[in-house]
Amino acid sequence: MKRLSDERAKILFEKLSKYIGTNVKQLIDRPDGTYCFREHRDRVYYVSERILKLSECFGPEKLVCVGTCFGKFSKTNKLKFHITALYYLAPYAQYKVWVKPSFEQQYLYGNHIAKSGLGRITENAGQYQGVVVYSMNDLPLGFGVLARSTTECKTADPMTTVCFHQSDIGEYIRSEDTLF
Amino acid sequence: MQMSIDHQEIFSFPDNDSEENKEITLQEIQQRIKDITLVLSDFKKYRQENHSRTEYLDLLRHDLCIYYSYNDFLMGKLMDMFPLTELMEYLEASEVPRPLTIRTNSLKTRRRDLAAALINRGVNLDPLGKWTKVGLVVYSSQVPLGATPEYLAGHYMIQGASSLLPVMALAPQENERVLDMCSAPGGKGSHIASIMKNTGVLFANDANRERIKAVVANFHRLGVINAIISCEDGCKFRNVMTGFDRILLDAPCTGTGVVAKDPSVKSTKNEVDVQRCYNLQRKLLLTAIDCVDAKSKTGGYIVYSTCSVLPEENEWVIDYALKKRNVKLVPTGLDFGVEGFTKYRQYRFHPSLNLTRRYYPHTHNMDGFYVAKLKKFSNTIPMTKEQQEADEKELDEAITNAESVVNKNTDPMEKSVHEENELRRPLGKHAGKPNLSEVEIDLKKRKLVESKTKYIANEFEKPLKVQKKHKVDHKTVSLTPSKKSKNTELKVNKSDIPQNGREEEQQAKNLKVPKTKKMVENLSNVLEGKPQRKENKIKMKSKTIGQLKKDKKKIKN
Repeated sequence: MKRLSDERAKILFEKLSKYIGTNVKQLIDRPDGTYCFREHRDRVYYVSERILKLSECFGPEKLVCVGTCFGKFSKTNKLKFHITALYYLAPYAQYKVWVKPSFEQQYLYGNHIAKSGLGRITENAGQYQGVVVYSMNDLPLGFGVLARSTTECKTADPMTTVCFHQSDIGEYIRSEDTLF
Repeated sequence: MQMSIDHQEIFSFPDNDSEENKEITLQEIQQRIKDITLVLSDFKKYRQENHSRTEYLDLLRHDLCIYYSYNDFLMGKLMDMFPLTELMEYLEASEVPRPLTIRTNSLKTRRRDLAAALINRGVNLDPLGKWTKVGLVVYSSQVPLGATPEYLAGHYMIQGASSLLPVMALAPQENERVLDMCSAPGGKGSHIASIMKNTGVLFANDANRERIKAVVANFHRLGVINAIISCEDGCKFRNVMTGFDRILLDAPCTGTGVVAKDPSVKSTKNEVDVQRCYNLQRKLLLTAIDCVDAKSKTGGYIVYSTCSVLPEENEWVIDYALKKRNVKLVPTGLDFGVEGFTKYRQYRFHPSLNLTRRYYPHTHNMDGFYVAKLKKFSNTIPMTKEQQEADEKELDEAITNAESVVNKNTDPMEKSVHEENELRRPLGKHAGKPNLSEVEIDLKKRKLVESKTKYIANEFEKPLKVQKKHKVDHKTVSLTPSKKSKNTELKVNKSDIPQNGREEEQQAKNLKVPKTKKMVENLSNVLEGKPQRKENKIKMKSKTIGQLKKDKKKIKN
């Protein structure tokens, strides 16, 4: 467990603000104790400082995971969020997309969201805005990036992609080996 | 009706020659099992004079092995454990898989909401029972339960009904520090976290790096955020961290309780496997006990569970721990289940083992399971470091020995029992001495140890009466350094128990509150290891007079 370098911290917060905007503050200033981001084998973990201290007893080789994993830095220093970050992204998300029940399964298999599968969408979302994807009964399913802005969505064809898939909860099964 | 009774009454013991030559069908075997059971139910009436009970039992075991495809060893163990009628029920129930059960993740949803959502997807389910608030039993499902959006969102976990029990027995409280020693795949661990409501710290450990991935995945899916997941060797955990409030040890075992899930257990496990398992379990349990903090305000508990039904892996292990550490058994808090054995064949365990619980497929419709809850009442270890190291070494050797025997066994030429015996008892020391059987050797050693303890007990007879009232608290104190070999140490003589118990209790008292110098001297007579004697004296000195007075008052009360 080590602190993130300044560069990596910047990348992380930029990425976070794409999805939850100014709510990033809420992740740092919490009423229930100090929470912090730490890096362990290129993976970013978000954890309470209290727990972090206890984890220092373990050797770096023996330690597998502390708190919640947000994502992983690639060799080229790009951060990719894992589906595990959804636990924190979903409650703070500013822009949301709801998919129809008929499209749920398709999304969970890793497909982009077509207009025909779109149930609802937050107003005023611009193109390439990071969004959290929900099912119609408000179950967070994953996150992605809008391919069209909200206004464009309204006039789009049923088959055009409105939201690019980035991550979905199906990955817990599909890519268990690579994620953890 | 008359026919069948007639047939049973004239059940004749098959001749040795004809039996080997003749091929018998499965139905005939089934009939014969029934016949022999009847004969054994009233042996005097139905027996044939020229055949003994053991012959009947051997034939029955042989038939049962064929009919249910067990190996001789495991069937023999089961026959020792159950009376015949119960045995048949157990074997039948073990063939059928248990119902699929799921646990609601109370961190993310409520059972009622989850049930409604799943019913919408075409799942037919019901609450599991009155004893749990999170379990659901699934009768049928149109969708794969391991891939519904609810599952992926972490609203439930697929796990057997029996695996809810140890966590309920553990009863973790909020803001505690809890360790799950063998956690993969994380079902019980996440259950602990959900009971703690994501407060405190949960340590999930597993020695297997491949299986630990499943723990990480499940914890993230179920929304457990207070966990530290590590991949340490469980036996070395005391070097990493101690001072836990509660520890769950779901020990690796032979899995004889889950034969419905994995039928290969029935035919592959042998004596050596069991031996290796219980040695590892003892080691893990001692480590777990060492890691718990007895002074914890809310906790100080260890829950030990296995999915095995063999007493070797359950009662024996607990009995061993009771002798080696300052722990006592407490009620598990589970209001059903069969009481653990206090006696099994020629072995006698500590009487408080009736507080542990066993679960069987035929009585509780869940996997065969064992749960024991221990409370640690003192952080001191009732033996010297040398003894402790010797114990460790013994266990280690037992484990490696077992492995070497396994390796030998793979060579079909060297499979004879005789050689196995030789491996355990190398020549040299025993050269030229009569070849005693194991039982005889055990008897001899037991007598030797008894003679020592008996002599000491006489010196202690007088002050005992005063402290009878405290008996309950210190019932399970165990201080006598066990010098018996690994095979003998759990075979306690019946008459040995109460006497030993009283005497040990006395010793524990004295360790805490040295009343007078005389007592200390007495004590030092009892304790054979010199280093301990020194420690006690130092302790004595450090106590002020005021403290001593207080102690005296306590004792009077």
